[in-house]
Amino acid sequence: MTITSIDQVTMDQVRLRCPVRTDDLRALKLGDVVYLDGVIYTGREGLYHRLLDEKQELPVPWSTVSNVNFHCSPAASPTEGGGYNVRAVTATASFRFGKWMQAFFEKTGARLIIGKGGMTSKDYKRLYVPNQALYLTTVGYGLGAMYGRGITGVRAAHWLKELGIAQAVWVLEVSNMGPFIVESDSEGNSLFELANKKINENLAEVYQGLPQPVLRRFGEETDRREEVV
Amino acid sequence: MPSLRISGDRKTGRYPIPGTIPGTAAGLGAIPTGLIKEVARELMARAAIGIPADFKAGVRELARAEQNPLSAFVLKQINANYDIAEADGRPMCGDTGLPRWYVKAGNACRTEGGFFALERALREATAESTREIPLRPNRVHPLTRQDHDNNLGTHAPEIQYAFEPEGEWLDLTTVHKGGLFGSDYRMLFPADGIPGIKKFFLDTMVEFGRRGMACQPAVVGLGIGGCKDTTMRIAKEAACLRPVGDRNPDSQLAALELELKKLGNSIGMGPMGFVGSAMVVDAHIEIAYTHTGGMPCAIHTFCFASRRATARLTPAGEVSFRDDPQWFTDYYRREGV
Repeated sequence: MTITSIDQVTMDQVRLRCPVRTDDLRALKLGDVVYLDGVIYTGREGLYHRLLDEKQELPVPWSTVSNVNFHCSPAASPTEGGGYNVRAVTATASFRFGKWMQAFFEKTGARLIIGKGGMTSKDYKRLYVPNQALYLTTVGYGLGAMYGRGITGVRAAHWLKELGIAQAVWVLEVSNMGPFIVESDSEGNSLFELANKKINENLAEVYQGLPQPVLRRFGEETDRREEVV
Repeated sequence: MPSLRISGDRKTGRYPIPGTIPGTAAGLGAIPTGLIKEVARELMARAAIGIPADFKAGVRELARAEQNPLSAFVLKQINANYDIAEADGRPMCGDTGLPRWYVKAGNACRTEGGFFALERALREATAESTREIPLRPNRVHPLTRQDHDNNLGTHAPEIQYAFEPEGEWLDLTTVHKGGLFGSDYRMLFPADGIPGIKKFFLDTMVEFGRRGMACQPAVVGLGIGGCKDTTMRIAKEAACLRPVGDRNPDSQLAALELELKKLGNSIGMGPMGFVGSAMVVDAHIEIAYTHTGGMPCAIHTFCFASRRATARLTPAGEVSFRDDPQWFTDYYRREGV
């Protein structure tokens, strides 16, 4: 069943094995609560820019990494034994990476993107659906300790020297990591947009009696039903 | 004319330690530098891991009132995360923010080695704690994106100073504020009045509340007046340095604080921009005298990973930690000479 209203969300709980199979993704509904097991990797501007603009290759083939990309980087430090102390992780806002997504899907075969705040349904339909990809949003968003508990190991920290701790590509082993919420489904619908639709119904009343400012700003968005991402 | 250049290295921050300054040696009534650094490191860990009791209580109150199942689920996880952070000694949020320091000194306070040594101790503590806790080294060069992996850099961490007329004590507060959304500035005018402030407040909440960009529920700080930099500064201090439940001593501002809190929680939006009510844990307003023609306003949201920690140090070596930074005092808000 496709969720078409925020009131239809049932928040069904799902365990998902990573790398993910597209069959498993097709069954996910907007608002389902997901926990992950397996291997995922982090990415933010450092990865996208280096891989897609500077055309640098990761030292290992993407097929050996994972197809689950988490928009984040950990609070971590190297240990004396040559390992890493990774304690907490939370997502970074995903809308920033929209311009790279098509090339990223093609290059890496990613099927599941995790992050903060999602993208628009327009982006999902244009970029995600043709690539059989879905988006999970982190919860909160500052659940660093909770997600940190789900990390059981660090397989690799690629480009650590080149990009630094906050931008390196961390390949993480995870167990029962979550919760995440399904934000886009296989048709490219967005849970956040369903929430917006309902919230917009109330806004006229909340703003009642409050006039426009005496001085407007150039380029200002004035329709409060719109989003800024 | 003597040169203003002093020997040292801007890149590494290595400057020679100056000779003893009269009256600033430890044991002669000055607060030892070693103690300052030790306390600063403890504050960094406390801020990153523990949530202040007032904020936790505020979030739990909003959680009790939340009717929407998705928003209630998110709030439940937020509260569980607070407990996990403290139980495991992990940073509560993976975005461990941009650590900054607020330093307040009683007029008779002296620190061993003077201000130079104090700043050096705070910078050393920031770098060492980043590795030890660990924090995420968030600080990068804005253009080259170079990261020293220690949260240090040009103008980083920010160190801000204030003074009180009496006392030998030194108060240190660190604030770790993450995220990139939920702060805004607008030049309003006297003709906009209180309705203009309310609309600016709502605009900011709705704009950055969608998809939970502001990581609400949050403490919202509002700066009214001053110059652009002043209004941004006091908005941030109002959000980050006043405990939940604290009211501005000016009764008009106190009433507006409560009104804004209610207004924010009536938007119909909850955490993550889901349908709900839990947006504003508290609203704090600070004012500054401003240009006769204008009414600049700034809003700053301190997200639910609200991280601050404060301690007082004395020359006798006593250290007391507390939740309330006590940054805003009658003296700090003074109007006359």
